[in-house]
Amino acid sequence: MVYEGYIRDFLEFSDISIGDTIKIEKDNITHKGMLLEKPDYSNENTLIIKLNSGYNIGVDIKDAKIEKITSGEKPNIKLDPVDKQISSDKDNLSILSTGGTVASVIDYKTGAVHPAFTADDLLRATPELVDYANISAKAIFNILSENMNPDYWIETANSVYDEINNGADGVIIAHGTDTMHYTASALSFMLDTPVPVILTGAQRSSDRPSSDAFTNLMASVTAAKSDIAEVCICMHSSEDDPTCHLHRGNRARKMHTSRRDTFTSINMNPLAQINNNKINIVDDEVGYIKRNTSKLEINDNISKKVALVKMYPGINPELIDVYVDKGYEGLVIEGTGLGHCSDEVITSISRATSENIPVVMTSQCIFGRTNMNVYSSGRRLLHENVISVNDMIPETAYTKLSWAAAQSDDVDEIYSIMQSNLKGEMNTTLSQRYFIKN
Amino acid sequence: MSEDKFDYEELGLMMGLEIHQQLDSQTKLFCRCPNSLTDKQPEGRLERRLRPTQSELGEIDRAAYEESQRNLQFIYETYNHHTCLVEADEEPPAPLNQEAVDISIILASLMNMKVVDEFHTMRKQVIDGSNTSGFQRTGILATDGYIETKYGNVTIETLGLEEDAARRIGEENGKIIFRLDRLGIPLAEITTSPDMHHPLQVKAVAYQLGQILRSTRVKRGLGTIRQDLNISIKEGARIEVKGVQDLDLMPTIVENEVERQLNLIEIAKLLDDRDAVVEEEIHDVTGLVENSQSKVVQSTLSEEDSAVLAIVLRGFDGIIGKEVQPGRRLGTEFSEHGKKMGVKGLFHTDELPAYGIIQEEVDDIKKELNLDKNDAFILVSGNRNKAYNALQEVIKRAKQSLVGVPEETRRALDNGNTEYLRPLPTASRMYVETDIPTEIIDKERVEKIASNLPELPVVKKERIQESYGLSDDLAKQLVDENNADLFEEVQKELPNMEAVKIASDIAYTIKDLRRDGYDISKLTKDVLVEIFSLVDNNTIAAAETEVVLKDACNGIKPDDSVKRNNLEKLSDDVIEEGIKEIIKDNEDMILERKMGAMGPLMGKAMAKFKGKADGKTVSSIIQKEIMNLTG
Repeated sequence: MVYEGYIRDFLEFSDISIGDTIKIEKDNITHKGMLLEKPDYSNENTLIIKLNSGYNIGVDIKDAKIEKITSGEKPNIKLDPVDKQISSDKDNLSILSTGGTVASVIDYKTGAVHPAFTADDLLRATPELVDYANISAKAIFNILSENMNPDYWIETANSVYDEINNGADGVIIAHGTDTMHYTASALSFMLDTPVPVILTGAQRSSDRPSSDAFTNLMASVTAAKSDIAEVCICMHSSEDDPTCHLHRGNRARKMHTSRRDTFTSINMNPLAQINNNKINIVDDEVGYIKRNTSKLEINDNISKKVALVKMYPGINPELIDVYVDKGYEGLVIEGTGLGHCSDEVITSISRATSENIPVVMTSQCIFGRTNMNVYSSGRRLLHENVISVNDMIPETAYTKLSWAAAQSDDVDEIYSIMQSNLKGEMNTTLSQRYFIKN
Repeated sequence: MSEDKFDYEELGLMMGLEIHQQLDSQTKLFCRCPNSLTDKQPEGRLERRLRPTQSELGEIDRAAYEESQRNLQFIYETYNHHTCLVEADEEPPAPLNQEAVDISIILASLMNMKVVDEFHTMRKQVIDGSNTSGFQRTGILATDGYIETKYGNVTIETLGLEEDAARRIGEENGKIIFRLDRLGIPLAEITTSPDMHHPLQVKAVAYQLGQILRSTRVKRGLGTIRQDLNISIKEGARIEVKGVQDLDLMPTIVENEVERQLNLIEIAKLLDDRDAVVEEEIHDVTGLVENSQSKVVQSTLSEEDSAVLAIVLRGFDGIIGKEVQPGRRLGTEFSEHGKKMGVKGLFHTDELPAYGIIQEEVDDIKKELNLDKNDAFILVSGNRNKAYNALQEVIKRAKQSLVGVPEETRRALDNGNTEYLRPLPTASRMYVETDIPTEIIDKERVEKIASNLPELPVVKKERIQESYGLSDDLAKQLVDENNADLFEEVQKELPNMEAVKIASDIAYTIKDLRRDGYDISKLTKDVLVEIFSLVDNNTIAAAETEVVLKDACNGIKPDDSVKRNNLEKLSDDVIEEGIKEIIKDNEDMILERKMGAMGPLMGKAMAKFKGKADGKTVSSIIQKEIMNLTG
């Protein structure tokens, strides 16, 4: 934030700008320090200075005498070039950054935290990466993950395609955690990949010494060099640091607002566990697509008119009508229990399907499979041409339907795509082990 | 110390104090977990790593960097309910604890400080593992105060409010174990200016600050207050001595540190005269000692990737063994720096041959390293990497000895000496804690608190002693144990009650009960008022309160306690009846001795009533009856 109102005018008049060392005299007390930018929640009449000790304090300028001592030096950042230690013995990995801060540097002089965007920044923050691979890093955009949308999925998919096409043996995507599983899921349908595509991020920002970013990034390098040529999410497996899980990208979900081990595979085990640069398959019974078996393909057609609607007691069926009126091309319902919704909503859904809008049922239980044969409301929905998508999680059903709706105009064909297992996003059988129980 | 060992004025001695005191708020500073340690077995464990973050200018803080060199990994012990996700660094912090802010404002006001208009929570990078996040949350709450002492005013530069670190429990397979119960306990950090100039002054100021702290809601007992001492002399350097527990030891610590600095300055001059040089090359001399009988060498060489490495210090012969503090040599300082890299210790020429290393081996090494008469070498045996890093540290420290006294943080030892802990932290390890909003502290809040400040303990002791007629010890006990307020509150409710009785029960009886394991937390002000009213309204005798207090600790109501123990005093009628019987049985004696019969009759009556009659009442009835009988 910047200073506003008369403080700004005063600073301008006194030729004081951010970074200058100033003296504030007030109540017989003198504070000396560097003028900083204004943080959120700060009072409007307050100047923020950084004392020599490194502490920041706020001083209300009422009755204060302010004087500039020295102008702030423009930080003359001269960084040594990073030795990337390129060698033909190592795999070529690409790291694409979409925003968030998987690596960052702190300017202790001002206390500001800057995300590391360039390849050099990233490698300077995590120099050990070059020991394990030839790293090429790019920032493809800089957004918070809550601002992700299908356009960015397309851009990401194309960037990944280009990297692999240019010889990357694996691609790592640094991504905010909030919607990482949506992006992973969307990429899994848009791309056929001969190499691993690994999404990773951090629950503790990388400016902290305790950040999980470093472990996650290192484990992602191991994953990107592995034999698992799928779109995956690589994040902490527990609250402990050393170990990460590799989740199939369209089967994982953010399950905790803040813990490091927030990502959980739903209705399956994680594909692998990674510890100290070693990768171990968790369950040999679960197959995966091996390196160099798929040919690199991209199909980035995607509909931006698909909605994910959660059912809840008292929901107004007009919410469904709005989507139909607005010309939506598909609806994913996050139903209750086995895949249900209220009688009132069924009427609106019936209108949607009769207008050839595909409607797909998932469950807000998250774990388990939908089954609409058990209760009458389910049977009614089936009758209204709503389909079940097995044990697919709602987020995956949403990205898949967005993609499927752009592949065909024919509802039956879209339904057929939805009910086919394309990228391991669904199971025909569910193990008793696939559930969180503490 | 009647006579000073050194002329401190001449030496330009400057000292400052930094005091960390745990505050006794209900909950922690940045989460709402209980603000207390626990003896319970930990219920969970976390395994974590920390790494220093890089600044834009490519600088990593000196102290932080050295810690990271040790490649430490950490185990944290957690609890299901005594600690939460915040301490585990698995959740952003909760808002700043306002009770702790209020207590800090009280302290600031007592030290005549100016409270800041806005409190900004900072992250101070600490990667020794004591904070799960890798930083300590800290901020400046007040500046520019002073306290008056008999040596003149001492400036209080800053009052910080910050979170305490996790408790170090031990080590396991090279990983340090910390327990999270202490992490997040609010700490007030008081920093004085370095304007104290005599060892006794620093002790007096520490005592006085202790008095100020104890006048408000701070924790008491071992480990709840930690005192650090900054010491420098003109030609020396600033040394921060951490963890001074005993105030009485402060003057000795200062004296020993001054001695150390003087000796290091002397050593630097000697080395300069000899044109001493610290060589940077690290030599592998494993081959020369691999058949050594030295147990240390044998046991380390039996492990994988081990080596015996050496460095050459030209012109250092005889100097490494020089004493710098009582019983501590320059070699001890080299060794302390080396040990930080995880080796067990080092050998130097001034102490060899020894530890199983024989003269022949020493000579071989000297020959191999081309040592002259005045030169010395230092040997480290152990894991190759650790030994290499250790010698790098020794080289750094040895180079400093050419110049004089290195600035550093040292740990206070029980005998008044200090040992090397880490380099002095630099200001570069601070940045803003973005998860905590700026705390705006408005003037009204400060003024309200400042207009209602607590008394200092000495003042309070004198006042209660005077106004309630308490003995010196009784008043001191009440104040020292933080019970004076409780006493006054109870006394206020029972103004006609004998204050000494209330005071001595609170100061002595209840203290004994706590020692005997009674749950005295049940003895709240209200319960005490209820119990003492029983005395006040004549239901029980004053001597019977102990029984009722014990019962109250066990959750038994005072009224029920009186009944179950049959403590109720006899009514005046019953007493009169009983006395009349005694009078009748002793008529002859009374007629003969008149008032002289009082004594024997009292004895008989009190025995008969078994303590359930008040002596005064009994005596007045007997007196009346004697008069009746004798006319």
